[in-house]
Amino acid sequence: MAQFNLPANSIVKKGKEFPAPAGATNVKRFKVYRYDPDSGSNPRVDTYDVDLDTCGPMVLDALIKIKNEIDPTLTFRRSCREGICGSCSMNIDGGNTLACIKAISDVKGDVKVYPLPHMEVVKDLVPDLTNFYAQYASVKPWMQSDTPPPPDRERLQSKEDREQLEGLEECILCACCSTSCPSYWWNSDRYLGPAALLSAYRWIADSRDEATGERLDELEDPFKLYRCHTIMNCTNSCPKGLNPAKAITEIKKLIVKRKN
Amino acid sequence: MANSYEITDHTYDVLVVGAGGAGLRATLGMAASGLSTACITKVFPTRSHTVAAQGGMSASLGNMGDDDWRWHMYDTVKGSDWLGDQDAIEYMCREAVPAIVELEHYGVPFSRTDDGKIYQRPFGGMTTHYGEGIAQRTCAAADRTGHAILHTLYQQSLKHNAEFFIEYFALDLLMAEDGTCCGVMAIDLATGKLHRFRGHEVLLATGGYGRTYFSCTSAHTCTGDGNAMALRAGLPLQDMEFVQFHPTGIYGSGCLITEGSRGEGGYLTNANGERFMERYAPNAKDLASRDVVSRSMTMEINEGRGVGAEGDHIHLHLEHLGADVIAERLPGIAESARIFADIDVNKDPIPVLPTVHYNMGGVPTNYHGEVVNLVDGNPDHVVPGLMAIGEAACVSVHGANRLGSNSLLDLIVFGRAAAKRAAELVKADTPHRSLPDHVTDKVLDRFDGIRFAEGDTSTAEIRLDLQKTMQSHAAVFRTGESLTTGMEKVNGLNASFSNVSVADKSMIWNTDLIETLELSNLLPQAVATVASALNREESRGAHARDDFKDRDDEKWMKHSLANVSATGEVRMEYRPVHMTTMSDEVEVFPPKARVY
Repeated sequence: MAQFNLPANSIVKKGKEFPAPAGATNVKRFKVYRYDPDSGSNPRVDTYDVDLDTCGPMVLDALIKIKNEIDPTLTFRRSCREGICGSCSMNIDGGNTLACIKAISDVKGDVKVYPLPHMEVVKDLVPDLTNFYAQYASVKPWMQSDTPPPPDRERLQSKEDREQLEGLEECILCACCSTSCPSYWWNSDRYLGPAALLSAYRWIADSRDEATGERLDELEDPFKLYRCHTIMNCTNSCPKGLNPAKAITEIKKLIVKRKN
Repeated sequence: MANSYEITDHTYDVLVVGAGGAGLRATLGMAASGLSTACITKVFPTRSHTVAAQGGMSASLGNMGDDDWRWHMYDTVKGSDWLGDQDAIEYMCREAVPAIVELEHYGVPFSRTDDGKIYQRPFGGMTTHYGEGIAQRTCAAADRTGHAILHTLYQQSLKHNAEFFIEYFALDLLMAEDGTCCGVMAIDLATGKLHRFRGHEVLLATGGYGRTYFSCTSAHTCTGDGNAMALRAGLPLQDMEFVQFHPTGIYGSGCLITEGSRGEGGYLTNANGERFMERYAPNAKDLASRDVVSRSMTMEINEGRGVGAEGDHIHLHLEHLGADVIAERLPGIAESARIFADIDVNKDPIPVLPTVHYNMGGVPTNYHGEVVNLVDGNPDHVVPGLMAIGEAACVSVHGANRLGSNSLLDLIVFGRAAAKRAAELVKADTPHRSLPDHVTDKVLDRFDGIRFAEGDTSTAEIRLDLQKTMQSHAAVFRTGESLTTGMEKVNGLNASFSNVSVADKSMIWNTDLIETLELSNLLPQAVATVASALNREESRGAHARDDFKDRDDEKWMKHSLANVSATGEVRMEYRPVHMTTMSDEVEVFPPKARVY
């Protein structure tokens, strides 16, 4: 029989509470998902009251402040802190984004911080991205060209052709888009998801790449490509303002076009 | 040993530690040459800090006007304030052209000129005809060149089926008694288990140590782990006193605003609205080299002409460039300025401040990427089995001050060079010598001590003290007095590490432990930096001493070598600057006054 309740060990419990230091007047409450794989205990939500007067403006600043000053066991990925490395992607205030460029002041009420949805959680805010990376590699995201390039010069590419890559090559592989997609939630074993498809289209759109036919052959599949139902969560969630839904549509259009 | 550990063994022909621009270029080159290659990296490759490089990569392609690698070489020697090794600089500037062409062939999405060639922009210190004109030499992919290059290199690594150990943190080098490097020990974050990697060459591509400072453009992960591993292996670090302050970090957050913004026509003003760089560098103005601009900004602020309520920063203007230029060539910094300074660059200036950005110093190498050391009077003795490239290395092509856009170049050129050298040195599938247990035990003892550290000071506390100390005592301008105080404080902090506590005792993804291991790496590098700065009694490039204002070629045209013992004692030695060229196609550039 179908099971509609979460298994007992997945129910999120109420966690510890860490009150703000005495005298703090500008306090924001952070509710942070915690999961400790070593203990095997249920996940919980810990509550941290953070004094914003001694905290940087971004959600990542608050997480680092919590780790440095309140609870060193809090675990999350971070690196560049300026929105280009894609490490600190997580679900904040109900949406996927990068903690380093999400302003605390943009969140009304308590700041709820969860890992990217529907991914296996390794620990706290760290999801397992193995499948996501494998899907990226599966679209062969590298230049394929039979025509040898000039031996000692660059290939030429017109400004107009280069413009076709705008909005595609800037992807930072943060996985915000794919993990916001309901279709990906249900079928991530077979649906490639918006990030991998955007990367596939980045090479299809590149005038220097000569493998468009093979790339479309690979993608023309009821699951890999056509599980996209244009829900648009991907585009809404992209912290870099890219439009994976449009890239997927372009792939679908090219497949239709070559049939006619 | 306190605890026994289960260790998983791996053997490869070669090992690369780090997966930034240098590490990836070397990895794919080694893999393509038929050597079994493992790349060990603490972050997923595209999260390495090369991804944040903005402005571009220099190469004398001459796509936007006359250019010559000899002019590029002259600029680099002058930029280095004559501390760079001229044979290595010649090698880098000559190889720049094939290196960038190769990147385009790999698929890097460079911006283009009207005739479809790679777009090149002006950058600080880059000139034509040996200082006469302004060169357009810096190859750019909008203002996201590092991102474009790093992602492309990772894609090429996938194509070549290179083997990665991702989210593995390297602990220490495995050094045989004869001084040969035989491998590296690492911890897998996902399991907390230890792995012993054996390789005939170990290549450190671990980047800089910007996080010794409070305000830096560097990522949280820039902790110079390879440099510290070299120190613990008994090897010195070279020219550590030379820390580059980038003129334009965003005031407050320290996020980088590319020099390319000035290359495209942006300029700096003080509280009077004056373009003060015209006074300090009449020819190059805002495109003087970074040390010069950072010092000028600091002097303006110190003399009371800073902007803002506290008068403690400077304005960078882009408003006059026009929305089209910004959208096409500087879209990323427009975004950063909006997010981190709440500024619309089309309307208002960006508040900026000189911010720690790059380490000229690192593990000394020759231009093949082989690590060298001073042994029995030979300053170029090769350390067998160990190589270093990129910001971790000191080749030295940047000397006392790196020119903007020479860093991406350094990564790619020496990543290629190291791959070529490894292919010459290592025969595929050569068996590995046996390694006595005590080599591993020494690494485990240190690891074990940190893993179970039960002191009373948190990692974050010691780290913050260190960062604030470095920020105030090893800044743009230094004095003997301030450095002496800084030395005492840094030594004290280094000693206080024995009192650190690791609160998280778990195995899986223990970032409290990793941050503590990183702190154990930052500390000896800070010691080396302050000791080298205190020792060098002259001003050269990024090292500006108020008490020794002039460059002293007679006494100080030499590389500093800092050896730091396990207990923090420093022993200084020196290597001569290479005043020779590789070929007879260019003459050595003799030292002269450095004016922009």
